[in-house]
Amino acid sequence: MTLRIPTFLRATFAACALALASSPQAQLAIEITGAGANRMPVAIAAFEGENALPRAVTDVVRADLERSGIFKIVELGPSPMGAETPPDFGRIRSRGADAVAVGTVAPASAGRHQVQFRLFDAAKQVSLGAQAMVMSPNQYRTTGHRIADYIYEKLTGEPGVFSTRIAYVLKSGSRYELQIADADGSNAQTALASKEPIISPAWSPDGTRLAYVSFEAKKPVVYVHSLATGQRNVAANFKGSNSAPAWSPDGRRLAVVLTKDGQSQIYTVNADGSGVQRLASSSGIDTEPSWSTDGWIYFTSDRGGSPQIYRVPGSGGEAQRVSFEGSYNVSPRPSPDGKSLVYVSRNGGRFQVTLLDLASRQTQILTDSSKDESPSFAPNGRMVLYATEQGGRGVLAAVSSDGRVKQRLSVQSGDVREPAWGPQPRN
Amino acid sequence: MKYTRFALSLITIGLLAACSSSPKTDGQTGAAVEDRSSASASGVDANRVVPVDANSGGQASYPELKDPKSPLSKRSVLFDYDSYVIKDQYRSLIEAHAKFLTSHPNVKMLIQGNTDERGSREYNLALGQKRADAVKKALSLLGVSEAQLESVSLGEEKPSCSDASESCWSANRRGDMLYSGEF
Repeated sequence: MTLRIPTFLRATFAACALALASSPQAQLAIEITGAGANRMPVAIAAFEGENALPRAVTDVVRADLERSGIFKIVELGPSPMGAETPPDFGRIRSRGADAVAVGTVAPASAGRHQVQFRLFDAAKQVSLGAQAMVMSPNQYRTTGHRIADYIYEKLTGEPGVFSTRIAYVLKSGSRYELQIADADGSNAQTALASKEPIISPAWSPDGTRLAYVSFEAKKPVVYVHSLATGQRNVAANFKGSNSAPAWSPDGRRLAVVLTKDGQSQIYTVNADGSGVQRLASSSGIDTEPSWSTDGWIYFTSDRGGSPQIYRVPGSGGEAQRVSFEGSYNVSPRPSPDGKSLVYVSRNGGRFQVTLLDLASRQTQILTDSSKDESPSFAPNGRMVLYATEQGGRGVLAAVSSDGRVKQRLSVQSGDVREPAWGPQPRN
Repeated sequence: MKYTRFALSLITIGLLAACSSSPKTDGQTGAAVEDRSSASASGVDANRVVPVDANSGGQASYPELKDPKSPLSKRSVLFDYDSYVIKDQYRSLIEAHAKFLTSHPNVKMLIQGNTDERGSREYNLALGQKRADAVKKALSLLGVSEAQLESVSLGEEKPSCSDASESCWSANRRGDMLYSGEF
C-alpha cells in the first residue's frame, strides 16, 4: 500500500523542507589537500559521559584541530578520560602526543549538560588550563568548536577561528542562494534566495549583518541584510551600477562603487544609505575597495593602464600604488594586522591568490590552481578563503598564509563562489 | 465594493512604501521618490489625475520593437576582447534606436553591459559598465535625452553562452538595449 499525499500538501512539504534545511547535495563537504610540515602531535581523549550527546563533542574538536594543518591527532582509543583524574602521561607520551585534553560531560539543570575539560602539556606533565561550559545537547558542535579554539590558542598563542562563520553564494541551475555556514562548512543556512545573481557579500565587523550586491532589480544594487531578522535595506541604488561594498572598521560606513557620475568610482555611504561622499577620483576604473584595520582603503584601479592595487586613506587623500609586478592584480584584501595583502594576480593566463608582505614588498603565489577569485583572510590572519574551479565547477578553497595547509569545500551539485570569512563571534 | 477595493489598494501602496525602507537621500532610487515631472509641471489642471501603471514605467506596447523585420527588434551590440568601442557594423542599429527614442521621449531604455567570465567579478562589472556607457554615449550623441537612458552592468553574471571557448566569450562581450516594460 502506498500513501498518497495530496499535491498541495506535497508542495507545502517541499517548500518547508527547502526553507528549513539545505539538501544533502547542497551541504559543503570539506577535504584536506595539504598540511603543514611540522605538525604538533595532540591527543584528545574521549570525554567521560559524552556518549549522552547526539554526537561526541571530541569528534568535532579532533576534526577542527586536524583540519587546521597545524596539529596531528594522536589516537588514544575509545576509553574516556575524565577532567578530575590526572591522565596516564606515560601512556600518552608513548603514543607520541605532546599535549592532551581530557574532559567530563555531566547532566546539568533543564536538560542541559556541563562540559569541563583540561589541557595538559604531556611532556612537562603540567596543566595548561581548564574551562567549563553549559550547553544543550544539540549544541555539541558549537561547544566542540569553542573547545578547539581554546586548545588552539593555548598551544599556538593565537586565537582559533573554529567558531567563525563563512558566507558564500551557491548557484544551482538558475537559483542563487546566499548561504551562511560554520567555518568547517557544516550548518549551512540560506539568508537570501533569488533568481538573479548575488555577488560580493561582506560581513559587518560585528558579524550581525552582510552587505552584498543583488541583481534582482535587473541591475546591481547594494543591500545591507541583518542575518538574525532577515530585514534588509538598500544601501546604494543610484542611477547606473552599485557594487563592491566594504565595511569600515567601526561598522558605520560602507565603501561602495557607483557609476552615477560616470565611470566606476569609490564612494562612502552610511549603512542606511544616507550621507554619500566621493572618496577618490580617477580617469579610469576604481573598484573593489577593502578597508584595513589601520585605516587604509585598498582598491583595484586601471588608472595606470592595467588593473593594479592602490590604497588611499579611509578619510580620502592621495592614492598610492601598491602592486607593481604583472599586468593584472585585482581583488585586494588586507590581513587583520594590516601587514600583508592578498589579491588575485594573473600569471601567464592563470589567476592565482598572491600574498604581498607590505614591509618587504615580497610576493608569494599561494595556490597552484588557475581560476582563483575573491580571497579573504580568516580573522586570525592564518588562512585565506577563496573561490576557484575544480572539474568545471565552482568550489571554495582555503590556504594558509604560508601556502602549506590546503583545504577544499565543495557541494555535490552546483557552484559555490563569492566566499567571505566572517569575524570572530562576540560572546 | 469599489470603495473597499480603493481603500485596499491604498493600504497596499502604504505597505509597499513601508517595504522600500531605504532613506530618501541623494537621488537614490528604491526609496519612494519618483520623477513625475510631466504631470507636476506648473499645475496645468489641479484636478488632473495621471494614471500610473505599477508594472515598470507604464509602457504602451510598440509593435515595431518586437517585429523581426524592424532593426529595432535587434538589441545586442558585440565588442572585441578588451575593447569598449562600438564597431561600425552597429552604426545603423544604434541610429534606428536613437531615432525611436527621440520620437518617443517618454520611453526609457536600460542598457546592460556584459563581459566574458575571465577575471574578477567586480572588475568585470566595471568593464561591463564601460560597454554600457559606450552604447549610451552613442545614443546621446544622436540626440537622445540623458533622462531616457540608464547604463548599468551585469558584468560576467548573465552570460548568453556558458562554455569556456572564444566563440562563447565573444558572445558574452555584449551591450543589450532594453525598453521600459522589458526590465
